[in-house]
Amino acid sequence: MTDLTSLTLAEARKGLAAKTFTSLELTDAHLSAIEAARVLNAFVMETPDQARAMAREADARIAKGDAGPLAGIPLGIKDLFATKGVRTTACSKILGNFVPTYESTVTSQLWRDGAVMLGKLNNDEFAMGSSNETSCFGPVGNPWRRDGSNTTLVPGGSSGGSASAVAALLCMGATATDTGGSIRQPAAFTATVGIKPTYGRCSRWGVVAFASSLDQAGPIARSVRDAAMLLRSMAGHDPKDTTSVDIPVPDYEAAIGKSVKGMKIGIPREYRLDGMPAEIEKLWQSGADWLRSAGAELVEVSLPHTKYALPAYYIVAPAEASSNLARYDGVRYGLREQGKSINELYENTRAEGFGAEVRRRVMIGTYVLSAGYYDAYYLRAQKVRTLIKKDFEDCFAKGVDAILTPATPSAAFGIGEKGGADPVEMYLNDIFTVTVNMAGLPGIAVPAGKDAQGLPLGLQLIGRPFDEETLFSLGEVIEQAAGRFTPARWW
Amino acid sequence: MSTATHKLLKGSTGDWEMVIGMEIHAQVTSNAKLFSGASTAFGGEPNSHVSLVDAAMPGMLPVINEECVRQAVRTGLGLNAKINLRSVFDRKNYFYPDLPQGYQISQYKSPVVGEGEVIIELEGGRTATVGIERLHLEQDAGKLLHDRSPTMSNVDLNRSGVALMEIVSKPDIRDAEQAKAYVTKLRSILRYLGTCDGDMEKGSLRADVNVSVRKPGGPLGTRCEIKNMNSINFIGQAIEYEARRQIEILEDGGQIDQETRLYDPNKGETRSMRSKEEAHDYRYFPDPDLLPLEFSQEFVDELKAKLPELPDQKKTRFVADFGLSAYDASVLVAERESAVFYETVLDKLANRARDGKVAANWVINELFGRLNKEGRDITASPVNAEQLAAIVDLIGEGTISGKIAKDLFEIVWQEGGDPRALVESRGMKQVTDLSAIEKVVDDIIAANPDKAAQVKDKPQSLGWFVGQVMKASGGKANPQSVNDLLKSKLGV
Repeated sequence: MTDLTSLTLAEARKGLAAKTFTSLELTDAHLSAIEAARVLNAFVMETPDQARAMAREADARIAKGDAGPLAGIPLGIKDLFATKGVRTTACSKILGNFVPTYESTVTSQLWRDGAVMLGKLNNDEFAMGSSNETSCFGPVGNPWRRDGSNTTLVPGGSSGGSASAVAALLCMGATATDTGGSIRQPAAFTATVGIKPTYGRCSRWGVVAFASSLDQAGPIARSVRDAAMLLRSMAGHDPKDTTSVDIPVPDYEAAIGKSVKGMKIGIPREYRLDGMPAEIEKLWQSGADWLRSAGAELVEVSLPHTKYALPAYYIVAPAEASSNLARYDGVRYGLREQGKSINELYENTRAEGFGAEVRRRVMIGTYVLSAGYYDAYYLRAQKVRTLIKKDFEDCFAKGVDAILTPATPSAAFGIGEKGGADPVEMYLNDIFTVTVNMAGLPGIAVPAGKDAQGLPLGLQLIGRPFDEETLFSLGEVIEQAAGRFTPARWW
Repeated sequence: MSTATHKLLKGSTGDWEMVIGMEIHAQVTSNAKLFSGASTAFGGEPNSHVSLVDAAMPGMLPVINEECVRQAVRTGLGLNAKINLRSVFDRKNYFYPDLPQGYQISQYKSPVVGEGEVIIELEGGRTATVGIERLHLEQDAGKLLHDRSPTMSNVDLNRSGVALMEIVSKPDIRDAEQAKAYVTKLRSILRYLGTCDGDMEKGSLRADVNVSVRKPGGPLGTRCEIKNMNSINFIGQAIEYEARRQIEILEDGGQIDQETRLYDPNKGETRSMRSKEEAHDYRYFPDPDLLPLEFSQEFVDELKAKLPELPDQKKTRFVADFGLSAYDASVLVAERESAVFYETVLDKLANRARDGKVAANWVINELFGRLNKEGRDITASPVNAEQLAAIVDLIGEGTISGKIAKDLFEIVWQEGGDPRALVESRGMKQVTDLSAIEKVVDDIIAANPDKAAQVKDKPQSLGWFVGQVMKASGGKANPQSVNDLLKSKLGV
């Protein structure tokens, strides 16, 4: 029954409904796959007992004809989501063996709809990273390798575990979060589909915070349709998160296959970087051609403040992070390193508990918020943010329905290859994605081709606020044209 | 409105003037905390009123408690202040074990309430106006317990996240009396509004007092902040001490270091807590977990329409309707409970237009006097409003004299009971029957022929006769009738 893992979520739903197989069989198939793929280090916590119990319950509900939209579908959960009774660490040593007494809103909605939890997925520590190398549980392997090479590559980050697990067929879909590109970049690196919905679309309640004004949950899935199905369950207003928005969640799946004829697609000239690899350029062109063939109109647009987005992001995000992470102080839960005074306890706990990248961002954030620097950094970055947002608004005001860009400036790279000497080298991974978080817009990454070394590349579509449906319609056009990509199994 | 003259302090180089501003932290009266549903009840086992949000568990988010917002707006309206329809919550970042989030959610640049004013009552019926700079909402911190373990400190988060209003005055206060009057008045307004219970012992109302001194009318001096004062008397003492300390330093040619100080009531002195250099850099920034706080003018208007009558309005009404002196009126309205008592008496009176003022005298002089003497609170008065109203009625209708009324009051205080029934059963009724009085009058005139003869030349000696008749009647004779009778009999 191992081929059960190769189904898409939509196909599995059909099989479950037709009782071709049970959720328990589907779940067991994935549990076996997880066991066989431990070398990828995608899961930091496997919960087979819970998975089987949930699967049996799903089977019972399916038998009763009382199945939720995701009944019996086994999923992986990024370790940033609090799961009741299941260790949740954000892949940081500082949370130690923290076991929440509560369930995040997003995951509780998935369970409400019948989904099955296989376990917790690896990510960059506190979602800070673009390669999943900053996790306290060690790096995650990308199921994709360069043609003829044995080098293990990164799956991207911070949702590296999610992307790797979905690409390696270890789970039918995964939750992820995206603060500057953490869903879309790993999706692009692994030939999976990832959507960061509009800020406010999914509740942040119970998701370990990185940068509150930018964080947004979303799914990583095997197809555009699968992503649409998952997002429908994950999204929705939550009175416990003031920043979540109270508007109805549409049936995203209904957008799949909807005609894109007459849609106006913007190609932003500022995203054409100097020295951009030719294959990225070519991929972008193919994407535009596919959409044009489907009846969309391609127009060149300008987003003039794009070049300020990354520097501004690396002020806003660390500033919020420095404050959000202050609660990890060794006093109430998680790691505690004793000291002779309370200040020593703080210093010892935080020095021991946080990894280098987290410490760096906490320090950057503390610095930019300090008296005398606030205006020059934080305030100015917020002004830039407003301008970036306005760029997009101007663009949409001219009738543009969505914007097409590359998802990343390159394909996946090797573990330890980037950012060793200069963290900015790593930060540049998010050059095409951070603008979307800064503007609070929805963005989807869809696999669109491979580079010369056989590694997957993705395209990004950026939409109007709360118009995820258009992204699903357009994303499916690209998916249909480019085909789906599965890595050759080496693990 | 009269502007009060204030006290100056004498130094060796002449007079000094104090400049005082205050930050009052008032705990909002609400069932739940500012950003969580946990209870705000006082007391309780440590950490029994703590939600996941209050304990700053990972992924928890604050949600504003609208009742706290309403309370802040009500308070702002009570301070005649500008209500800001849009305000912003900021994070004030610092590490301390009683602060689970590592930051306090407060309002820094955009508070919910802007400028307003408070009229304070000073000795001799003088008043002064103290400007309000702003009022903002913020979270309280938890509490450290140092007495539960020899090697460790414990943290109680019951208070963590409870809503506070920080009310910042302008530096308009000029001496300790004004400072005390300001806190007293502010506390009274809050209690009238029901937005803070004003209980300083429980810490529901705490003040940080900024004190500086200068030569009268001169440029402002460097200030020191005295933190966490929780008694009105201590505030007065601390200001006096601190001002003298500063004057001494300045007159010795020194300069004042801007710093935070604590008042030690046992030693009666302030001492340095931390200097300006040691002050935290709080790294304020807008809390990204919370949207700006926005509400409509209609929301404000609705709250305004339902605002209770506040002490100043009540005072004006008492003066206008019952002819009370400004001083008496302000005594009655100073505490909400006193005003409520007086108004209940008014409600029960048979003729309040006639007897309203008499009732005020009785509440202030007899009742408050007696309560003070016994250290009792108005809410624990043995004589209730209905009983007091009955006593005043009996005086007003001429059934008893003022003197008898005092005896009656004493009986009611000691034994309780219906005053009207007591007057009957104990024969305390004033005698207005002329024939009964006439006999007494005749007897006294007959017994004192010399004095009777003198009255024509010395009309003021009539009083002596009145006194004698009253005495002989056991105080029950109607003084007016006695007076009239004597006059006609003596031919005055």
